[in-house]
Amino acid sequence: MSAIWIAVIGASVTALPEKWLNKPGFMRINALVPIVLLSALVAVQTFTNKKELVIDQRFAGVIVALIALRFKAPFPVVVVSAAITSAAIYNWF
Amino acid sequence: MSINPKKNPVDRTALSVAFTVGLYGAAFGAAGVTAGFSILQTCLLSILLFSGASQFAVVGIMGAGGSAISAIATATLLGFRNALYGLQMAPILKVGGLKRVLAAQITIDESTAVATIQENDEDRKHGFYVTGIGVYIFWNLFTYLGALGASAIGDPSVWGLDAAVPAAFCGLIWPRLKNKTQFLVSAIAIAWALLLTPIAPAGIPIITTVLLAVIFGVKK
Repeated sequence: MSAIWIAVIGASVTALPEKWLNKPGFMRINALVPIVLLSALVAVQTFTNKKELVIDQRFAGVIVALIALRFKAPFPVVVVSAAITSAAIYNWF
Repeated sequence: MSINPKKNPVDRTALSVAFTVGLYGAAFGAAGVTAGFSILQTCLLSILLFSGASQFAVVGIMGAGGSAISAIATATLLGFRNALYGLQMAPILKVGGLKRVLAAQITIDESTAVATIQENDEDRKHGFYVTGIGVYIFWNLFTYLGALGASAIGDPSVWGLDAAVPAAFCGLIWPRLKNKTQFLVSAIAIAWALLLTPIAPAGIPIITTVLLAVIFGVKK
C-alpha cells in the first residue's frame, strides 16, 4: 500500500473519534456503557453460582446496599451493611 | 506544588475526595482476593490499571470463570471515558514527555471532576494533581489492606464478602442513574445477563450488554 493511501486512511480514522465525540448519540452511548456493564456485573455476582441462577444471602446483602444508597449513605456504610447482612444470613440460617 | 488544606479550599476538596474514594480500594482488594487473584496480582491492577470500575470488572469476570479476553474487553470499554477526560485535561495541564505519561495515569473520574469545578486554570491544575496523586496513594494503600484482610479469611461468605463486591458495584452505578431511560436500560442489562448466564460462556453475558447501550443510545 502506498504512503498516500496510508495517510488517507490513517488521517480519516483518527479524525473519526473527534467528529463523533460531539455527537449527542455518541455521548448517550458513552454514558450508558458503564451502566449496562456494571448492572450486568451486579446481576452475575449476586444471582449466579457458576452457570446456575441462585437466590441466596448475597441478594439480601445487595437489597440492604440499595436501601443504604437510597438514603444517601456513604460508600463504606453501603458495603459494610451489605456484608453484615449477607454474613448474618449465611452464618445463622 | 504546596498543599495546605487549612487555607486552600481546593486542597480540602481534593483530599477529602481522595480519602473517601481511596476507601473503595479496600473493597477492591477484598474482591480481587475473593475472585482468586493473589495479593500481588490484585495490587498490580491498582498500581497499573488504576481505574476502579475496570479493575472490579477484571476480577469480577475472571472470578466468574470468564476468559481473559472478555475481561480485557470489558475493562477497556469501561475505561474509555478516561480518554475523553484526557482530551479535556490536556490543554489545561500542558505537559509533555514523562510528565504527560504520569498525568495520564492519574486522569480518572475524580481528578477530572475536581479540576472541572474550579474557576481558573491554576486551580484546575492544582486540583487535578492533588486529587489524582491523593487517590493513587490511598487507593493503592487500601487495596493492599483489603487484599491482606481478605486473604486472612478462609470462606468469603462467612464475612459477607460475597455480597460486599456487588454492593460496591451498586455504589458505582447509583450516581450514574439519573433518568428513566438509564434505570430501564440498567434493568434490561440485568435481565439480559441473567438470561444468558446458563447458556453462554462466562463473561459473554456481561460484555454483550454493550449492544444495549448502543441500541438505546442511538435510538432516542
